Amino acid sequence: MSKITKQSLVRKILLNAPIILLFISVLNDFDFNYLATNYFSFNFVYILIFYCGLKKNLNLGYGLIFIAGIINDTVTNLPIGLSSLLYLIICVSAAYLRTITLRPSLFNDLIYFLLTILVVNSLSYTVLTLIFSISLEYRDLLINVFFTFLLYFVFAHLFRFYERIILRKSDV
Amino acid sequence: MQASRDDFIIAIRSAFLKKETQQTFSLFGLITFSLILLILGSFNFKIINYIKIVVKEGVYRSSLIVSVPEKFIENTYLITKRHFTFYDQYKKEKIELETLRAKDLLNEFTITENNRLKIIIDDYLVKTNETIAKILIDKQSPFSRSVIVNKGSKNNIKLGMVVLDSEYLVGKVVEVNYITSRILLLSDFNSKIPVSIEPSGIQSILSGSGKDDAIIQYLKEDYIIEDNAVVYTSGSGGLFKAGIPIGKIKNLDLDEERSVKFFSDFSQLRFVKILSYEEAKKKAKEKIKLEAQKQSKIKTEKLKKTKEDAELRAQKIKKLEAEYEIKLKAEEESRLKAEEVSRLKAEENLALNIEKQKIFKDLELKYSPNCKKTFFNKLYKVGTSEYKNCILNKGTKIVR
Repeated sequence: MSKITKQSLVRKILLNAPIILLFISVLNDFDFNYLATNYFSFNFVYILIFYCGLKKNLNLGYGLIFIAGIINDTVTNLPIGLSSLLYLIICVSAAYLRTITLRPSLFNDLIYFLLTILVVNSLSYTVLTLIFSISLEYRDLLINVFFTFLLYFVFAHLFRFYERIILRKSDV
Repeated sequence: MQASRDDFIIAIRSAFLKKETQQTFSLFGLITFSLILLILGSFNFKIINYIKIVVKEGVYRSSLIVSVPEKFIENTYLITKRHFTFYDQYKKEKIELETLRAKDLLNEFTITENNRLKIIIDDYLVKTNETIAKILIDKQSPFSRSVIVNKGSKNNIKLGMVVLDSEYLVGKVVEVNYITSRILLLSDFNSKIPVSIEPSGIQSILSGSGKDDAIIQYLKEDYIIEDNAVVYTSGSGGLFKAGIPIGKIKNLDLDEERSVKFFSDFSQLRFVKILSYEEAKKKAKEKIKLEAQKQSKIKTEKLKKTKEDAELRAQKIKKLEAEYEIKLKAEEESRLKAEEVSRLKAEENLALNIEKQKIFKDLELKYSPNCKKTFFNKLYKVGTSEYKNCILNKGTKIVR
């Protein structure tokens, strides 16, 4: 009996791993968006949301993404609603790509992801500097976009591995 | 061409509006809601501010809990690292301590003299409302370099208060919630404070770089700044007290921008001091005023107490008098009652006696020969109690 409960608990955790990861990323002190190194940073949340938006099997609701955005705004002292908007735009982009794609390829996803994060970061820069008068270092933002784009490839493989585990478990 | 445009529109519509099986909300609805939040936030709407306060209080606490494992790992790493460098550090600091002790003795006189002179020109500021706060969240982002502390308006924290790490300036309070506050660090891109570079005494503005250091801004090229010159707050603008140490000028030759290395390591902040400064004279005056207020309050309270005591005593006396009167009245009443009872008793006895005498006289007429002493009998003498008893017993029995 206890074995069954244990197994179902593990399965539940595995199924909800994207949600857990998303909320840990926005709530935790540690931020990939700001690493101590000078020329390296990447936005893990963008990668996670885009990948989950592309795959129907992964459990990540839009409502939860919206809440995660609100939390991120609160923790990083950004105007409330900005991160939610950016995250949801990534969702739109991913959903569009999923709809138009017949044969998925990682290369296409990568190019599309780059375009998406460029648009999203431009929007964020425009809103922050023009509307809220918050100064931003443009160079840091570009570095962030570049590494987020590069690391998408790595994380996509990791997430695919995780997806395979989940699918196998849910089949059982 | 027409077909591809239709496909695009269908795909976009599907992505935006179609609520999938797993989704509770449509993307369009949520994006609209985010935009509304953002727009209302930019106009500083009251409702948005209330939502912000509620969300902040909850999120800061949750963030603290979620960060526990990461903080534990970080602390363990730091402790281990410190452990390995402990002995070298100890030797280095021992030598430094000796030098500083000697310097401290020399400085003491200068500091006292300086303070005395500053009091004369009304520029001597003293610390007020000092509070120690714990850092809850120090999540840094490219947009903002700020930390959250566990003290808020509940602990008298106000906007603009100065934040120190031991004696070094760290930043200022930019957001106050009920039990938490946000501190904008000096390294933040938007932090700009007036500084004085010593020993040359050059005045300038220190601006955060968004990294771990800050830059000296708005300074002409021809000013000569020495390497390792110390940067202090200048006190211009009245927000900060003059002379709070901030950091040292570093790498003048290598860097075109004059960057400042902070004395305090902002990534290692655990506890900070939050305080405000006030003019010493003003504070002294306020202290005297407060003392006078306190004294008058004490006097008023004493007077009030005495008055109350007197009133209480008067009430007690009145009560006792009333009780005494009631007692007297009761005694009088009982006396009158006793008198009435005795009077009634006497009257009753009198009536009984008269009745008895009447009966006796009637009986005497009838039974006198049976009881009266004569020469020939040995009966009772008239008037004695035995004679009376004999008459009453109708001459037959004698009760002794």
